[in-house]
Amino acid sequence: MTAPALRFENLTLGYERHPAVHHLSADIPAGALVAVAGPNGAGKSTLLKGIAGELRPLAGHIRLSEGKSGQIAYMPQRSELDASFPVTVFDMVAMGLWREIGAFGRLDAARRTRVAAALETLALSAFAARPIGSLSGGQLQRARFARLILQDAPIVLLDEPFAAIDARTVEDLLRLILQWHDEGRTILAVSHDMEQVRRHFPDCLLLARELVAFGSTGAVLTEALLARARHLSEAFDEHAPECERPEAV
Amino acid sequence: MSTLYGLLVAPFVDVDFMRRALAGLLALSLGATPMGVFLLLRRMSLMGDAMSHAILPGAALGYLASGLSLGVMTAGGIAAGLLVVFAAGLVARASNLEEDASLAAFYLLSLAAGITIVSLSGHDVDLMHVLFGSVMTLGDDALLLIAAISSLSLAGLALLFRPLALECFDSAFLRGHGRYASPVAYYGFMILVVFDLVAGFHSLGTLMAVGIMILPAASARLWTRNLAPMLALAAALAFVCGVAGLLLSYHAGHGALEVEHEHGASEIDPAGAAIVLVCGLVYFASLLAAPGGLLAQRWLARRKHLSS
Repeated sequence: MTAPALRFENLTLGYERHPAVHHLSADIPAGALVAVAGPNGAGKSTLLKGIAGELRPLAGHIRLSEGKSGQIAYMPQRSELDASFPVTVFDMVAMGLWREIGAFGRLDAARRTRVAAALETLALSAFAARPIGSLSGGQLQRARFARLILQDAPIVLLDEPFAAIDARTVEDLLRLILQWHDEGRTILAVSHDMEQVRRHFPDCLLLARELVAFGSTGAVLTEALLARARHLSEAFDEHAPECERPEAV
Repeated sequence: MSTLYGLLVAPFVDVDFMRRALAGLLALSLGATPMGVFLLLRRMSLMGDAMSHAILPGAALGYLASGLSLGVMTAGGIAAGLLVVFAAGLVARASNLEEDASLAAFYLLSLAAGITIVSLSGHDVDLMHVLFGSVMTLGDDALLLIAAISSLSLAGLALLFRPLALECFDSAFLRGHGRYASPVAYYGFMILVVFDLVAGFHSLGTLMAVGIMILPAASARLWTRNLAPMLALAAALAFVCGVAGLLLSYHAGHGALEVEHEHGASEIDPAGAAIVLVCGLVYFASLLAAPGGLLAQRWLARRKHLSS
């Protein structure tokens, strides 16, 4: 096995000194396609935020094999983007090139071609000139994935990428994720759909504020372990209600 | 034709202070109004208002220190505004208070401090001037100051444009791309807003300065769903409304004003209010007629309903 792309060492993450993820230790191998599963409030989104660098660990470490956080493309839940902002679909997707062109770089012909190709991949070419406010929920999610293509990061973090998305779009996005997997990228995706996780994700990290299990999906998503995850998160809530913090919807 | 010339053009050709007001308004439209568009898009329209109040204690202290000196009052206003911006920004980013709450706390304190300074001083501070401005009595130095600030603002916006748009649109995405881009965009923008408000307070007063930033921006937002045309349209609307407001107040009572501006306005200059009122009229017209306005929205809603 290759060196881990991500290593969690006794990682504790939380808000305002209230931990949401406790003492997590795990190695995510480079090129792994990992579903992050667990009950509501299990700390799944918090873990992704921590890896992306949005949240400082309260304790422990997150180690990246390549060292820099620039290796990570992080897609938070949809609510964080202002869909009413006056920007075209093309320009929004072109933002994926930020790391290349920054504030002043030119969006030259070659880059425009790449933006167009990313739009094409997600069947959005016809919408390029439209304002993003006119897109449906599924189309907007396609646009965010097109932007991820341009970010071209070796590590991809997806927070509930399929929440409230039509089946056809889920299928297309899954195909893209599997293609990234084939290209050797390391992918962590939060998902609530256990059936989908079983079918498409080779590995699974089951979280209930602490690590319940991490390994091949078949070995992790067993009745016993899922019940243990439910039990852990409920028990935790009873013991420390002030730690509970509603997850962003 | 000649009457139209007399109504619309002659005042600017014949009267010196109208020419100055016109130049000041052109500078403000180009400098301040684009900032208003971004305030609007960041859902901070009311923050502009708050910031304009935050400037008051600095301007008042400047007045106490050296009288009606343009430079000192400007420096004081800018210092007070920046202090509030940075304090509020730090609190919003480091605590669990939201941006609007922390800004509200600091601007209220700043406004109260300003009023206290003015009333404790016992001097006859020309508070009316600070609150209501005097677009009809812009001197050379005030005009140069407004022009300089507007140029700075326009250049700053050009530099900040891409990160600022990203910060407004999807700040989480920008934060994911390095530690500096997001704070640079945010603070850079707020600094420019403070400068523009100070420029605005010399001409329109602290109360009205925000009007020419936000109302044309809101009107332009109703007409277009693209950022670049929105900025251009907002600036154009601000200038046209400014000219209309100037002409209205000129024709309504320029006799009184001409006497007034010889020794500095001691009464309220109505031109600032007239300009903002015209901006308001254009806003209401846009609200009715524009594609993003009330009528079109209703029509669109019905059509969508039928087609689905």
